[in-house]
Amino acid sequence: MARVYSVFARPLIQGDKRLAQVTEDVCRPMERRPGPWWWAAFTASSALLLLGMSAITYQIATGVGTWGLNTTVGWAFDITNFVFWIGIGHAGTLISAILYLFRQRWRTSVNRSAEAMTLFAVMCAGLFPVIHMGRPWLAYWIFPYPNTRGSLWINFRSPLAWDAFAISTYFIISALFWYVGLIPDLATIRDRGKPGFRQRLAALFSLGWDGSYRTWNRYEMAYLLLAGLATPLVVSVHTIVSWDFAVAVIPGWHATIFPPYFVAGAIFSGLAMVLTLMIIARKTMGLEDYITVRHIERLCKLIIATGGMVGLAYLTEFFMAQYSGNRYEQFVFLNRAMGPFAWAYWTMVSCNVLAPQLLWFRKIRTNLAVVFLLSLLINVGMWFERFVIIVTSLHRDYLPSSWAGYSPTVIEVATLLGSFGLFFTMFLLFCRVLPVIAMGEVKGVLSYGRKHGEGHP
Amino acid sequence: MSRLLLVGVFEKEDDILSVTRAAKDQGLSIVDVYAPYAVHGLERALGLKASKISVVCLLAGIAGAVLKLWFEVWASTFDWPVDVGGKPWNSLPAFVPMTFEVMVLFAGVATVTALFIATGLRPGRKPKAVVPGVTDDRFALVIEETDAAFDLPAVHRLLEEHNAVLIEERVEETEAP
Repeated sequence: MARVYSVFARPLIQGDKRLAQVTEDVCRPMERRPGPWWWAAFTASSALLLLGMSAITYQIATGVGTWGLNTTVGWAFDITNFVFWIGIGHAGTLISAILYLFRQRWRTSVNRSAEAMTLFAVMCAGLFPVIHMGRPWLAYWIFPYPNTRGSLWINFRSPLAWDAFAISTYFIISALFWYVGLIPDLATIRDRGKPGFRQRLAALFSLGWDGSYRTWNRYEMAYLLLAGLATPLVVSVHTIVSWDFAVAVIPGWHATIFPPYFVAGAIFSGLAMVLTLMIIARKTMGLEDYITVRHIERLCKLIIATGGMVGLAYLTEFFMAQYSGNRYEQFVFLNRAMGPFAWAYWTMVSCNVLAPQLLWFRKIRTNLAVVFLLSLLINVGMWFERFVIIVTSLHRDYLPSSWAGYSPTVIEVATLLGSFGLFFTMFLLFCRVLPVIAMGEVKGVLSYGRKHGEGHP
Repeated sequence: MSRLLLVGVFEKEDDILSVTRAAKDQGLSIVDVYAPYAVHGLERALGLKASKISVVCLLAGIAGAVLKLWFEVWASTFDWPVDVGGKPWNSLPAFVPMTFEVMVLFAGVATVTALFIATGLRPGRKPKAVVPGVTDDRFALVIEETDAAFDLPAVHRLLEEHNAVLIEERVEETEAP
């Protein structure tokens, strides 16, 4: 009989771990009291969250005049932030679902926290369209429900309505996927016999998991199906986000390249955020044996690939604008590179296209300080990408008499900072209450207890 | 009713795989195997079939898509046709994205629900504590001592051959299977 098995050239997890050691290593940082670094980070991020909440309260109470928008630039900060955050989320799904389908077993070290990142990023993203509506208390109007006005249904042809469905579905499926993945680990925490609040919660949410293989067998099937569903879902979500723009007739937005361009950009930015978080987490929680330099390197290679796609899309856009012969298209792109927002455009190009090229070198990929810095640069660059796409396409439209500038107000900046506060506060709390490494999956890739290739039909 | 069970505890994946295969080959009645992670190959050793949850997933996905498509066509063609930019009332291509999203939503929620129903996982369920450590670092093979022909010493020997660290006999009160 032909035997198929994977033989790891090098073990994925360092330090010759035994199974119990994995449980111990992952649970220990969670069970001891948080250190000063955690408190410092938590204080800073919750302060930002508080700032953002005050800004949101103020702008909703006062009205949309608190933003820097004008009749020409009707979309700017809110939508930039929305697209930025939803993009961040996509890398989590890439790691948890797409790499799972491709049998990339190294993903087990990072998938739990990447999925958590997805959930928190989608929360941040969902905030902005609701704020942008101006009257957030009527946000539910975006969903078709029987109402006393007819019933008057929504416009099913509008990408904005598609968006509401896509984002809600994405959040629900990501949350389910994450929770299903957590159940065996919650059972592990329950059985560790450290009584307390955490154990009681774990006992409730582990749903009586007992490791029965009949359960595992069904569980694996359900997990595979969820991965198979999440993969097209993640592509559809950012495709629909890109249609918010591409369906409009604004030069600079009305392009068929938008869906693949946005999906690649989303995964690119999300991978940078995964790197940012992982490099901090492995250091502060002592998980160097699990999230190894090899994992970081692989994430870097994915960044080179997706960054290349983004760079190609920038070039294609420019080429198509010139090649189309459409004066308005041509103008928008020249205006991007040389107009009043040229600084934003060139920030975007240098952060997203030039900076990641350094990652071709192994010396740089293995130098975590540099990788960390590059991941921050890419985050900045990808935020500017959305800003450039949105603001430079709008601010000089068909009629020169209606040209206008745009600069954000303090309120808008505070709201953006607040979303970072929300994201990091949630992530820091997650690190404290749940296992950041999927123990049940990492145990399956250890070399402990198996002779390589033997006994593995 | 009660039944007599023999529990063998192992520490390594290789051991649980080989002992399960051997037990299956000898025709012993394996109740279940408990493992801290999904050991690949164990489903074949146990002779478990692929779960039918995939059928639930497919049917729920189709149901979601059909329902959503029907609703969109009904709402924008029959219930209250609204002219948006001169587009036809029944703009099928524009209905595709939402239909897709609802299909995925139905399929995903149904998959997880089916998993919980099929496995009996629910809040408040008492986990079967066969031996401590099966959610941490141990594997347990549970064999039913079926009848008088059950050769206990031979099974003992089999388990020990595969490096069992603990062998225990249990009486289990059975209600519904």
